[in-house]
Amino acid sequence: MSKNILIIAEQRCDRVQNVTFELIGIAKELAKVNGAEVEVLLMGHNIAGQVSDVVGYGADRVILVDDPCLASYLTEPYAQAATEVIRERTPGVVLVGASSIGRDLAPRVAARLNTGLTADCTKLAMNEDGTLEMTRPAFGGNLFATIVCPDHRPQMSTVRPGVMKKCDFDASRSAEVVHKEIAFAPQKIRLVEEVKVCSVVDSIEDAKILVACGRGVGNPTSIEQAKNLANELGGTYCSSRALVDACVIESCRQVGQTGKTVRPECYVAFGISGAVQHLAGMEDSDYIIAVNKDENASIFNVSDLGIVSDANKVLPLLREEIEKLSRA
Amino acid sequence: MEIIVCLKQVPNTTEIKIDPVTNTLKRDGVESIINPDDKTGLEVALQLKEQFGARVTVLSMGPQQAEKALGEALAMGADHAILLTDRAFAGADTLATSKTIAAAIKGMPYDLIIAGRQAIDGDTAQVGPEIAEHLDLPQISYACEVGYNADTKVFTVKRQFEDGYQILEVEGPCLLTVLSTACKPRYMRVKGLVDLDNKEVQILRRSDLVIEDEVLGLKGSPTKVKQTFNKQYNTNKQKLVLDPAEAAKLIAATLKDKHLI
Repeated sequence: MSKNILIIAEQRCDRVQNVTFELIGIAKELAKVNGAEVEVLLMGHNIAGQVSDVVGYGADRVILVDDPCLASYLTEPYAQAATEVIRERTPGVVLVGASSIGRDLAPRVAARLNTGLTADCTKLAMNEDGTLEMTRPAFGGNLFATIVCPDHRPQMSTVRPGVMKKCDFDASRSAEVVHKEIAFAPQKIRLVEEVKVCSVVDSIEDAKILVACGRGVGNPTSIEQAKNLANELGGTYCSSRALVDACVIESCRQVGQTGKTVRPECYVAFGISGAVQHLAGMEDSDYIIAVNKDENASIFNVSDLGIVSDANKVLPLLREEIEKLSRA
Repeated sequence: MEIIVCLKQVPNTTEIKIDPVTNTLKRDGVESIINPDDKTGLEVALQLKEQFGARVTVLSMGPQQAEKALGEALAMGADHAILLTDRAFAGADTLATSKTIAAAIKGMPYDLIIAGRQAIDGDTAQVGPEIAEHLDLPQISYACEVGYNADTKVFTVKRQFEDGYQILEVEGPCLLTVLSTACKPRYMRVKGLVDLDNKEVQILRRSDLVIEDEVLGLKGSPTKVKQTFNKQYNTNKQKLVLDPAEAAKLIAATLKDKHLI
């Protein structure tokens, strides 16, 4: 049994996903406590070109499984490869991104290894003896629980995308690359069609400025104004669950417990009351501006600039003010 | 076709509030419901039943009061209901839960097992895939459309990702976890409620399962809860009451100050 931390990388659309770099970032922090190494398992087909990305973000060792069986994500071949690599490397900790792929793969692997798995963690802490404290929200973000896995190894956790910080990219880093061959079992599931929307433009997780709308921004005009504002500020727009449920805003723009976690430089919330589920997804933003008619709205508990006013009336005026100042 | 639907009774978490004095969850008076994703799973099963003919069994693990959720499932149109309840099962994490449920399913006939993607109290999405692993079944999670060809006995499933989807084919037996967007669950039927008199929830206890004691309940759970806590927010932050013109000026000035315009 090693004390190392193994990260199962997620690559889609020929790119290693951000959550993998975030996992390397937190793993480097955890590894400082007990002197562990950070290993990254990269699975796919024709992915050798992606090795330098995970190395540049801090991997100490890369285990590469490159096989046509892994060209598209399918549970069984990925689970088989991950399980065999984990059995061979015997890491003390295995981290997986809590994406739809990670949340499909990790429980399958954990059950096969007969170990515990803590879902959707938002905080990880390492003890000197190598035990990991995994903190996650429950009951829709109303409660947090710190979970440990004392007697089973590896300790496994899926980690929420957007929560951990990645290291700065260092192109000069180098790391050992271990090639691993897997004899894949015949597949029971056939892939008939795969449609990928690989657009990374306009992703709310990458935006520096987010203009967020909630239930209080009820009419189409105000929403249009918020979108324009986001555009003018060089950011993009997002929303709380209410407007996604009402089919006014696309679900990929939902911030919160059941949506995405964001931490932009500036988060401007219009007409958002601030349910715990929403706050969980945006409270780590660098600067939060909130406008809401209700002075008791919970959004004000996390805002740096809280303004009690009607968002629908502020929005059109704000555009004029910004024009004035940007000309000045 | 034999379909087993796994469902969980959960507190309606959208109604849960924190007691500001004791700083604990206020569970009193919070309604118990069938977990929304699981209810969609039942609807998928009932639609397959209507189109192709099937016997739908709903299965839950939990305290005795979970009988109510199973009763609602029977009233929606499920044919048979099983509740796994025993003190020996209490305190189980996802691994112990999935082993217990898999042990119960092992003795039953099935072509398809459907579970909801995740429960709204724990949000783990782990028990479904873990059941599939213990039963050595192919799994398709995040299913948003489920079709079936009665001649070839092949299920065609649309699996949703963040950035796209896959169309997958699989022969039974297999396990699907479904998204609540897959379809809208029906209401309980009057006939279903009347028929309830003839339907009973079958209770399975520890002694009905072939499984080792070591893997059950709290003892069989590799993960342990070390502590629970609520997030503390500063409820005394300063707020400015401004008319819209003043508000717009202040926001614009703040953005300028931060070099964002």
